Amino acid sequence: MNARRKSALLDPLFNDNPITAQVLGICSALAVTTKLETSVVMSIAVIAVMSLSNLTVSLIRNLIPPSIRIIVQLTIIASLVIVTDQVLQAFFFDISKQLSVFVGLIITNCIVMGRAEAYAMQNPPIDSLLDGLGNGLGYSLILIVVGFLRELIGSGKLFGVQVLPLVTDGGWYQPNGLFVLAPGAFFIIGFLIWLLHTWKPELQED
Amino acid sequence: MLEHYLSLAVKAIFVENMALAFFLGMCSFLAVSKKVETAIGLGAAVTFVLTVTTPLNNLVYNYLLKEGALTWLNPAWSGVDLSFVRFLAFIGSIAASVQIVEMTLDRYAPKLYSALGVFLPLIAVNCAILGGSLFMVERDYTFGESAVFGFGSGFGFLLAIVALAAIREKMIYSNVPPALRGLGITFLVTGLMAIAFMAFAGIQL
Repeated sequence: MNARRKSALLDPLFNDNPITAQVLGICSALAVTTKLETSVVMSIAVIAVMSLSNLTVSLIRNLIPPSIRIIVQLTIIASLVIVTDQVLQAFFFDISKQLSVFVGLIITNCIVMGRAEAYAMQNPPIDSLLDGLGNGLGYSLILIVVGFLRELIGSGKLFGVQVLPLVTDGGWYQPNGLFVLAPGAFFIIGFLIWLLHTWKPELQED
Repeated sequence: MLEHYLSLAVKAIFVENMALAFFLGMCSFLAVSKKVETAIGLGAAVTFVLTVTTPLNNLVYNYLLKEGALTWLNPAWSGVDLSFVRFLAFIGSIAASVQIVEMTLDRYAPKLYSALGVFLPLIAVNCAILGGSLFMVERDYTFGESAVFGFGSGFGFLLAIVALAAIREKMIYSNVPPALRGLGITFLVTGLMAIAFMAFAGIQL
């Protein structure tokens, strides 16, 4: 694997993470992370849609007239999302109910459009596939960390299994309800960015 | 009747604020909130487009896509269920109405048009807009309700983004730790704003 492909795959994990550095795709990152299970399913859906859309856009990149490229990209992405949504409804009905509108919102998830526009339009198919995969993984990394913290601190569970016994059930753990609510998600991502920027000072903004 | 609409509007603006409770439109919410002036421009454009597209998509869904919706064209089609293509249909109608809004403004209100500038075309891919339509389907709103809901959620977004921009403008004067500057502190501020908006949770009209 040459250096360019490696950086297409690995850079988005920390240095150029779609959520903490590029600020793309935040809506769904915050909304679906109240539980670890939904975060994992959402991550898989986004990775699938993103690598396939990058691949498809890259394959036909020389055939797309520049003036209508946005519509073409949107159509490709929307079709992939429809397939994903149907698959989820068929095999994971409960989770698809919990994700509610957010599967559909992958269409307007700026990260998918953003990579199609910024990378897949200029690069060959294999590189684009890897870029889609890498960005999908970078996105999933944040999603799963946030989902883990929110479910553990907010309700003492992981994947729906009680790991910290609650006070109400005779245990010792008093759940912090704030983490299940919207503000908790903002705080966790804010602190994650703080940690990341302390670890890698070159990412800091002035 | 009026009370019902009023309570729906208050719920959409404050209790279920698009940006702070559902995280919709976050990308532009964080990217365009550096200055109050541009924030007002984007907020106004979002409000406008949401008010137009939510009821429009309500019609599209109820008369074209829903199971049995095509009966008014031909009674034999009463079993047709096209609801699985709603993502494509909604995105299409949103992109089309953004285009129409853009051309209309350019022709009849050039001042507003130049003030909104680049935000108008970008709105087509703002998740708040598509989210509004998807929530409308999920909650089974009628035509009137979806118009009120569209306006309410747009106005809530406007309120939140202008407030955040005002805070960020003042933040230039404060001494933020280097690693938190920029995105980090913005997230924390937004979190605090979300707590503030939670105070509206109990409101019922």
